[in-house]
Amino acid sequence: MIQTDTSPKPRRNVELVLIVLALAVGIGASALVSINSEVGLDRDFWFQSSLLAVAAFAFHVVLRLRAKYADPVILPIVVALNGLGLALIHRMDGPADDTGNNQLRWTLIAMAVSIAVIWFLKDHRVLRRFTYISLAVSAFLLLLPLIPGISAGEILGARVWIRVGPMTFQPGEIAKITLAIFFAGYLSSNRDLILLAGRKIGPMQFPRFKDLGPMITAWLVSIGVLVFQRDLGSSILFFGLFIVMIYVATSRISWVVIGLLLILGGGFVASQIFSHVAFRIDSWINAFTPEVFGRSPGGSGQIVQGLFGMADGGLVGTGLGQGRPDLVPFANSDMIVALIGEELGLIGLFAVVMLYLLLFTRGFRAALGTRDAFGKLLACGLSFAIALQCFVVIGGVTRLIPLTGLTTPFLAAGGSSLLANWIIVGLLLMISNTARGPVDTTPMVNKPPASTNTNGIRKPATGKTPSAPTEAVKQQ
Amino acid sequence: MNDISELTITALRFGFLLLLWVLIFSIVTTMRRDLQIGRKAVTGAPTAREVRKHPELAASPPPAIQHARTLVVTEGPLKGTTVPLAASPILLGRAQEATLVLEDDYASGRHARLFPQGSRWFIEDLGSTNGTYLADQQLTRALPVELGVPVRIGKTVIELRP
Repeated sequence: MIQTDTSPKPRRNVELVLIVLALAVGIGASALVSINSEVGLDRDFWFQSSLLAVAAFAFHVVLRLRAKYADPVILPIVVALNGLGLALIHRMDGPADDTGNNQLRWTLIAMAVSIAVIWFLKDHRVLRRFTYISLAVSAFLLLLPLIPGISAGEILGARVWIRVGPMTFQPGEIAKITLAIFFAGYLSSNRDLILLAGRKIGPMQFPRFKDLGPMITAWLVSIGVLVFQRDLGSSILFFGLFIVMIYVATSRISWVVIGLLLILGGGFVASQIFSHVAFRIDSWINAFTPEVFGRSPGGSGQIVQGLFGMADGGLVGTGLGQGRPDLVPFANSDMIVALIGEELGLIGLFAVVMLYLLLFTRGFRAALGTRDAFGKLLACGLSFAIALQCFVVIGGVTRLIPLTGLTTPFLAAGGSSLLANWIIVGLLLMISNTARGPVDTTPMVNKPPASTNTNGIRKPATGKTPSAPTEAVKQQ
Repeated sequence: MNDISELTITALRFGFLLLLWVLIFSIVTTMRRDLQIGRKAVTGAPTAREVRKHPELAASPPPAIQHARTLVVTEGPLKGTTVPLAASPILLGRAQEATLVLEDDYASGRHARLFPQGSRWFIEDLGSTNGTYLADQQLTRALPVELGVPVRIGKTVIELRP
């Protein structure tokens, strides 16, 4: 008989060792870039590396204090990816460019925000009370780039940016978190309705029409993003997020079928109506045709140069700082995967894909382990959002699917994406903390006083939890 | 700054790829513990052979489990109502869609959910205003409901009966 000790263990020391390894990857990449670019290990290099290391260790200490039982591998994976991304972006910087330093600033801001989330939120279940507020916030964030005063206009064909002081920001990145919170809260309360009602056609049970409401809403939102912001990637991301969360909540394959039909129909109509969607599909199928290659806008030059770069990299790559990724437009953001394929080769690219896969499995492990339905759905949704983003970007760069403008999580240059993904990591760490920690058997003592619940009815504040609901307000 | 030989740079290049995979294998090794917990769940019970060798390992036969078959309302406006339990979850609340529509002013529209898992029934509060109480303990998460233990929703008390 095997006796395994199943009592919860913090495993923070293991995390510390892995963080040191992850920093070795990030800083090592940075060092290789510096050596190969003839600059050598100058003051900038040491300054940036020590900043990243300090931030990573600070995060680790916060986990020791606030989320003792959090998953020990999530943080090292993310630190490794972020460090590698910093090195690659720095590598693409010309003498006058500041993208690398900008990315480092955003990394530090994002880590600080993520630490703040863990420090002040303490328990992810609190977020369930903000279900409908999250929906409103998501709608607001998605509408922001369309408001004339703060919109940054159309940048690179998409209207997804707003201007905040001297910087631009992509509110849609944050909207994916608030949407995940809304879906998780809504589905954890209404799961049975969607699950039980409906009629059976063949082997599948289809939901009632009125339960389709939120599904249709999500579809309209993603189509709206596509039409008004001209952002194909985000619209796929939002809709995919909803399909997966409703599938996880109800385990009905019919939702996936309906969702895929809706997205295929929407995609087909969009490709007929919108030129930018049609261009994307054309430059995917006919990438190597000369007239498509040289066409502007909407040519396939970017994809094909990326493919050539990856072919040049081969199995082991040309070495960091020794390829010619400057031939590929946007090599530090949209096409950073092609840059990895060129300079680190197939072996390095697979390592990066593997890191994403491990991160995704840890998110799902947290979802399996946690005991509340809201936390399960939230962890599934958030980790799936990262996975879908990786699939859309890496699939697009390797010409498996049409290239769409999504960012590679943690790697690509872009502050808003970095911020959103670090917040997601904070939430996943918090959910894994409740999943792996000892079971809390005490009743909830600090029930938030006089909080408005989803029905908007206030509960009178009482000194202690009432044993019977005698003081409750009569609901009308 | 060209004092680093070609050989060193090549060594560093391959060393970095190696480092990436060392990180991945360390992470996978760390994750092994989660798999072990899963394995224990499967092989936790002594096998027939182990029982033959060590008779003290043989657990006394488990007491005959009585499955809950009906839900009975013992207090409140619907007192005396019984609902047969099948294999599907039950929604409790004032909403018309609920399986058991509670005519109780202190209950929320979708108040709580009773669902089977394995051989037991669990109750989960669906974010109700006044809370759900399992044997005078307010629910903060899904908990198993044993036979005969009162569950209070507003002024209604329900029990599971065999």
